[in-house]
Amino acid sequence: MTESQIHFARQFLREEALPSPFCPGCGNGIVTNSFLKAVNDLGHSDLRKFAFVSGIGCGAWIPSPHFKADTLHTTHGRAVAFATGLKAANPELEVVVISGDGDLAAIGGNHLIHAARRNMDLTVICANNWIYGMTGGQVGPTTFTGDRTTTSPYGNPERPFDLARLVAASGANFVARWTTAHPIPAARAIRTALERRGFSFIEMLSQCPTAYGRRTKSGDAVDMIKWMKSLPVRKKDEPLGHRVPTKDLLDLGVFADRDEPSFLQSMEKMKEQI
Amino acid sequence: MTVAKDKISIEGLTGDAAIAHALKQCDLDVLAAYPITPQTIIVEDFQKFAADGEVQTAVIPVESEHSAMSACVGASATGARVATASASAGLALMWEILYCAASMRMPIVFTVANRALSAPINIHNDHSDGMGMRDSGFVQLYCQSSQEAYDTTIMAFKIAEDHDILLPVMVGIDGFILSHNVERVEMLPTDVVTDFLGIREPVQPLHPDKPITMGPLALTDYYFEFKEQQDRAIQEVPKIYKKVEKEFEKLTGRSYGMIEEYKTDDAEIIILAMSTMGGTAKAVADVLREKGEKVGVIRLKMFRPFPVEEICKAIGDAKAVMIFEKAMSFGAVTHPLAMEIRSALYEAENRPMVLDFVVGLGGRDVPPTTFVEGYEKTKKYLEKGEAPLYETLGVRK
Repeated sequence: MTESQIHFARQFLREEALPSPFCPGCGNGIVTNSFLKAVNDLGHSDLRKFAFVSGIGCGAWIPSPHFKADTLHTTHGRAVAFATGLKAANPELEVVVISGDGDLAAIGGNHLIHAARRNMDLTVICANNWIYGMTGGQVGPTTFTGDRTTTSPYGNPERPFDLARLVAASGANFVARWTTAHPIPAARAIRTALERRGFSFIEMLSQCPTAYGRRTKSGDAVDMIKWMKSLPVRKKDEPLGHRVPTKDLLDLGVFADRDEPSFLQSMEKMKEQI
Repeated sequence: MTVAKDKISIEGLTGDAAIAHALKQCDLDVLAAYPITPQTIIVEDFQKFAADGEVQTAVIPVESEHSAMSACVGASATGARVATASASAGLALMWEILYCAASMRMPIVFTVANRALSAPINIHNDHSDGMGMRDSGFVQLYCQSSQEAYDTTIMAFKIAEDHDILLPVMVGIDGFILSHNVERVEMLPTDVVTDFLGIREPVQPLHPDKPITMGPLALTDYYFEFKEQQDRAIQEVPKIYKKVEKEFEKLTGRSYGMIEEYKTDDAEIIILAMSTMGGTAKAVADVLREKGEKVGVIRLKMFRPFPVEEICKAIGDAKAVMIFEKAMSFGAVTHPLAMEIRSALYEAENRPMVLDFVVGLGGRDVPPTTFVEGYEKTKKYLEKGEAPLYETLGVRK
């Protein structure tokens, strides 16, 4: 096979770990692809300059064990905290957290907002499938109001988080939301996130046909991708406002794009003053 | 009087489902939990009962196990009947609140599908999570069958809420081995369970008519007294446990004891294990007995408080006790269960040889051959008159 025939992603993947364990139709493959496209577009031929951290859940399996790279596969919810330590100890590394909404926004929600507040030099990619997929489809903090899951059989009475707005409001330098129906804009946003100092957050809406699709009767992977494709894209500089996400009211695009001093920059500045 | 047979409903239930059905009948006010394998089904089933109006319970799908146990303490403080379920890393995340629950004397029932702790990530059974909460002040009961899980869950509330106890109770089942295994379970009519348990009568609940503060600062002046009382309470558990079980036996004809003895009377070598390993051990003992070997089994159900007297009596004049345990206490003299047994036997007149075999970590299968391997080794050690403090079986070395 000539080099051009080999998929660009393969140079970054552990061949022996393939095929991935993801269900047929899972969005994690597209999330992987968008991320690796961004890495490839930045001119990397391997993942030597990166370190990956993941927590628990299906999204956490994207880097571990599939990426040919240093990876910490940690405990549920704590990926961002582990990554904070990793980056502080070795700032040369590009530290990336890839995990799911349950991991990053439920049990690990506190770490997420504080890393954003601190403007910690990390890139966090959240595969948001609106449910706890790995444990079989329980209601979570991103599940839409009214969704029927295994632990909300008559509909979810609670409101979901708008993760992109949450992290933007918490102080991150760069925040974008795309979906698995938008792999190219997503790759572009991930590229910006990797280049940006401070805290970058990419929310990737991603279909889980097995747990979310079945439980909430949202159809199969194709139906869900079609739905995500129809979501509105924000205009540049449109005010963020406040809204509770619903299936039609999930806007895509960039939610924060600034260059405020990052944690490492602030630390450097403080050292100079002492 | 035993409940009439035609009033009993019989179903094939997994350990998780058996616990969910028991919880359904216990008239819970609040259940707060976070999903974690292999416990998930307990809460899923219970949530279904709640949604279908079969129970009048507020179920809170909280954002972490730390919040789950915290919500349970909050609910229990108002006098509510409360339960939760977890395992492994989830249990570990509750650790801080476990101590609060016990020390604030909250009679919470905590069902656990015992599972290994990270790292590396492993979803299968061992007892590292239960042993991790060993000193938290929870009563710990480990079950061998789905029926026992059902029965113990019901009895747990009566023990926990007894005014001489007022402590949280952990009911443990082996993750996957029991949590996901379907067995025949006999279930009591709900009104019988309701009569058996009654309504919780809190001693000192939070109530606006008589405001109190729970858990404030108690430094060098009073902290120690709280612990003294807590210790006294847990020492009362065997007495209350026996009383509750006797009452339960009247209804069902079933009782388990703090330990289960099997052919120990004339046994020269005794196998001591917890939870589902007890079943395998008994089968092994039968086969070895057929070959003329004098083997018996003690299956330990109550790990906290540790039933010292019963254990010593059951071991009697045996030459050796082989402990098979599914947890390690890294760097300790032996591992947790053997440490307890060694301490318990220290005062015994005829101290047997104590062998500690660590097996089954991370769900590694513990087949009958592992017990036989331990048995053969024990016979050799007895001949030699010495043995290592502990060893691992069934692992690549």
